[in-house]
Amino acid sequence: MRLIAENLGGERGGETVFSGIEFALGDGQALVVTGANGAGKSTLLRIIAGLLPVAAGRVRFEGGGEDFPSAASACHYLGHLDAMKSALTVKENLCFWRDFSGAGSRGVEEALETVGLGGIGHLPFGYLSTGQRRRAAIAKLLVSHRPLWLLDEPTAGLDKASEERFGGLMRKHLDGGGIVVAATHLPLGLEGARELVMGMVG
Amino acid sequence: MSGRTEGGAWAKASHIMLALFLRDIRLSIRAGGGALTGVIFFLAVIATIPFGVGPDLKLLARIGPAILWIAALLACLLGLDRLFQADREDGSLDLLVLGNDRHMLALTVLTKCLAHWAGSVLPLVVAAPLLGLFMNMEPAGIGATALTLLVGTPAITFIGAAGAAVAVALPRGGLLISVLVLPLTIPVLIFGVSASYGAVADPDPFLHPFLILTALTLFLAVLGPVAAALALRHGTD
Repeated sequence: MRLIAENLGGERGGETVFSGIEFALGDGQALVVTGANGAGKSTLLRIIAGLLPVAAGRVRFEGGGEDFPSAASACHYLGHLDAMKSALTVKENLCFWRDFSGAGSRGVEEALETVGLGGIGHLPFGYLSTGQRRRAAIAKLLVSHRPLWLLDEPTAGLDKASEERFGGLMRKHLDGGGIVVAATHLPLGLEGARELVMGMVG
Repeated sequence: MSGRTEGGAWAKASHIMLALFLRDIRLSIRAGGGALTGVIFFLAVIATIPFGVGPDLKLLARIGPAILWIAALLACLLGLDRLFQADREDGSLDLLVLGNDRHMLALTVLTKCLAHWAGSVLPLVVAAPLLGLFMNMEPAGIGATALTLLVGTPAITFIGAAGAAVAVALPRGGLLISVLVLPLTIPVLIFGVSASYGAVADPDPFLHPFLILTALTLFLAVLGPVAAALALRHGTD
């Protein structure tokens, strides 16, 4: 599978945020997007996911076969918001996303164990702390399979141990032939990841 | 995976939509879901009408079906602004829209509409016969009004979904939705009320307006979700 951006440009509210972005990622490759606030990191991720229209150039996703014809269908998008309902329990939330997105390699309990939230699946999501919420949102990436992970500040609010654990999860995903595009300020512990610095051209 | 059959795809889609339906029903009955807002409003309107109109039993019986319908229509509009906004605020809406490539977004919207209807409008239809007694309506009229509400109120939810999708990004979109949606719901109101009257006033037919009402609901079950999906697709930011 390949994710290719050609001369990609993005705009927000009619103003160009970035232009001329080029990259090509294959199986097992990661791209870390860095840059100042407002450089367009989130916009880039949303454009790749197809949530925002492309302003110039294009994004292609190749080799996904029948199951993943486009980047939108092949991606897990982890944005600033956790996409979980505070009135439902952690387990109910994860069960819903597993059913909605299709089952993955890990069950709900196992995914919770993996992110270090084992035994609190019965609590309403609203009762969790910021870091726990983020970890529950990360567990969402594990309960259903998608080859492309689009991560927007994935480690915001996580403690050191959780950060390292998440780094391990990303490496495992890459070893399994997945692709990761992460926008971040913090080092993610991805050796050999390519880096894209936004906001350098203008 | 090749060799995926039509039947398999259908079973998969219905499994996904059932999960969404159950989640939304669960959310509507949990604390803060607001399922009761519509019913309480409905109850409040119908209970105050006899005090306002006065103790003229004949008059109450005559305006009963119309009052029940108008109150139900307004109560339906009440919770509509949260239909997509709640999902937008916690980021779920992005993921629901991303699912578009796997299963049509319109189907997702239709499921959310059905869950909204079952969670917040169906209780209102169930309460309607009881409130019909407040209005001194005869049993046939009560039955006909409840039946027309059962068939007609989904149409209001479907139109409302399109309005809710357009106004999803507005923090106080509720009023705008009502203004956008109200004119479009007038045909539903007209045929609903005339079918209700048809059941009790002898020369008027019941079946014809009732069938038109049914047709309206079926037609809007397609048009509403498709329009809403289009608005949501282009409204992400």
